[in-house]
Amino acid sequence: MGTYLDHAATTPLRPSVVALMTQSLLTQGNASSVHSFGQRARQVVEQAREDIAASLTADRNEVIFTSGGTEADNLAIQGLYSSRNRGDEFKRPIVISAATEHHAVLEPIEWLVANRGAQVHLLQTDINGHISLTELEQFLAQNAAEVALISLMWVNNETGVIQDIPAISRLAERFDVPVHSDAVAALGHMPVDFAASGLAAMSITGHKIGGPVGQGALLVSRKTKLDPIFHGGGHERGMRPGTLDPAGSSALALAVKSAVADLPAEVGAWLELNRRVVEGVASAVPEAILVAGELEVVSERVPNIVDFIFPGCSGDSLLFLLDACGVAVSNGSACTAGVTSASHVLLAMGYSQRDASSCVRVSLGHTSTESDIDAFLQYLPEAYERAKAAGFTS
Amino acid sequence: MKVLAAMSGGVDSAVAAARAVEAGHEVVGVHLALSRNAGTLRTGSRGCCTIEDSMDAQRAANLLGIPFYVWDFSEKFKAEVVDDFIAEYSAGRTPNPCMRCNERIKFAALLEKALALGFDAVATGHYAEVREGESGSLELHRSPALAKDQSYVLGVLTAEELKHVMFPIGASADKASVRAEADARGLSVANKPDSYDICFIPEGDTQDWLADKVGVAPGAIVDRDGSVLGQHQGAHGYTVGQRKGLNIGRPAIDGKPRYVLEIRPKENTVVVGPQEALAIAELAGSRYTWCGLGPVDESSWFDCHVQVRAHGDALEAAAAVIDGELVIRLNEPVYGVAPGQTAVLYLGSRVLGQTTIDRTVSAVDNPVLAGKNVGANA
Repeated sequence: MGTYLDHAATTPLRPSVVALMTQSLLTQGNASSVHSFGQRARQVVEQAREDIAASLTADRNEVIFTSGGTEADNLAIQGLYSSRNRGDEFKRPIVISAATEHHAVLEPIEWLVANRGAQVHLLQTDINGHISLTELEQFLAQNAAEVALISLMWVNNETGVIQDIPAISRLAERFDVPVHSDAVAALGHMPVDFAASGLAAMSITGHKIGGPVGQGALLVSRKTKLDPIFHGGGHERGMRPGTLDPAGSSALALAVKSAVADLPAEVGAWLELNRRVVEGVASAVPEAILVAGELEVVSERVPNIVDFIFPGCSGDSLLFLLDACGVAVSNGSACTAGVTSASHVLLAMGYSQRDASSCVRVSLGHTSTESDIDAFLQYLPEAYERAKAAGFTS
Repeated sequence: MKVLAAMSGGVDSAVAAARAVEAGHEVVGVHLALSRNAGTLRTGSRGCCTIEDSMDAQRAANLLGIPFYVWDFSEKFKAEVVDDFIAEYSAGRTPNPCMRCNERIKFAALLEKALALGFDAVATGHYAEVREGESGSLELHRSPALAKDQSYVLGVLTAEELKHVMFPIGASADKASVRAEADARGLSVANKPDSYDICFIPEGDTQDWLADKVGVAPGAIVDRDGSVLGQHQGAHGYTVGQRKGLNIGRPAIDGKPRYVLEIRPKENTVVVGPQEALAIAELAGSRYTWCGLGPVDESSWFDCHVQVRAHGDALEAAAAVIDGELVIRLNEPVYGVAPGQTAVLYLGSRVLGQTTIDRTVSAVDNPVLAGKNVGANA
């Protein structure tokens, strides 16, 4: 079977979710139909909406179902940009973000720049990936009237670093600027309270928490105006038209509920495994660098993601060698062609091109065990030596 | 053996990987990402540089049930192949980028990485055979599929590299049989068109692409005594031996067609003249390698055949290493050979070695090309 340490990419489905989804797939009728079949289908969808809202401290009307995190990010960024510039001929062209963001955030912003007159302002991050609230405040003090939105992720998917989203929201609120956060890596790995966050919009997805791929949501606060990015039957408050999906929605809802309910116990388990990885790597490869290692695990860094730089070796060689031993880890983000390039996140944090090409992310999930870590640590030293000998090709 | 199958996404490398699997080797498929700005879909006859090609390679590997990875060699490819190509053209020479890629990427950087990672060999879909010779050392031979034979571009392989390469389809009779085999194996690339253009240059645009890279300035077309005969729109657009497209209004005095004899990048001039001035009697280069066992005494003249183009004829010649240069004397003159091209030596079907041509010696008695041609038939 092998050892799976790439849960931050996709974590296995929870058996309870499989059972519920399989059953829900048999729901008959279109949830928008008026008849009783339609009403029963609608009941499944709306129960799911309420369950998600309850788990994340949100109003049920604030939950907009999407096809996943990428769509949620696109909807938030394009939708907020459009509504903030409605009839104003792009009077608020500035989108604030950071270079450490996921491509699902950076690329929609680039698209707005190329096609909708947007200007992007990327905040500097320190070596731990934190933005500076002071810098943000100074920028807003001078430019707030021209800012359409701020988009900053809650937890970085490569490094696990937590951004202080509530503080950013409070700051932005003083300037009346809406904040969107990609909370895909945060949900299920740290407490996520939508109401307390002060966010205008927040993206989540199912497959990082034991739900199915293709099921996500954008939480949009009641007071936030957001334009749809595609158009149809007026579903989801008109923000995201498309036939409602009882099976997918209920599966997502159960995954969210389970992940949130299990969080306290999981955090303890992950913390143990996290220590085991960090100590094991430190003794097996003393020159390895733990990314954002000075940050406190749990309060400043989620416990399920550990990102290392293995100096002098190409991360893709290490990944290949570990894969040959049955151990699956990640180099961060690979593009569509499967090419592993230097991590844009580490580059943005100030690491060198070489270091950013030498990273390996170990990520834990609800099925992770000590023996997974031990398998990784068992094969790591030889893989590292070999990968170092193979050198760099790019 | 642990075999790394280099998979371009084409039919040849897919069948080569399939045969390596069938031979009982432990095979891993690797696609080389060579372009930084890979296009999405393949266009025309370029091979291996798009995401579609990468996906085709992955599809084939998945069908074969072997692990598959994409390795990024784009930076090395740019430095060793693309920049070299531009530099050679800028210097008025005619490079062969596929040869450079084999020499420095596929059978150097890739092979080294593969060996370091624990592989025993790299398998590719080239048409050529590695055989054990009488002395027990490995030899490279032409493919029986002569129309597809790629031994010329593999002439850069060294004895050490021959130990670690596999050409599983190298002994195939022809391309059609390889396609038929791909089809029978259910590989979706069975009907994918052949690639033959330079992979890093957009379709059919070599001159425009080069103009963009090397800069373009109009200059003079001159004859051998320096008289200006016309104008060119950029010297890089010409190759030695070229006859068409010179656009010289005035005919030659003898009425015979004129050919490009030389490109002088520093002066930005193109020298033209009669065909006989293109006749080359001798080629020489200092960057030579032996493909396996070299001659017993490389400083004594030995008979061989020489090929100067990928699909050119093998010409009778004698060769020897003199003062650090591999010197090749042709029995009959060869036309239109330019510095920068590669001369590959053959003994029958066996590839003996190769050199990049640094200089040529004219076959006519009164050499006219200043500087480059030193003496006639010695």
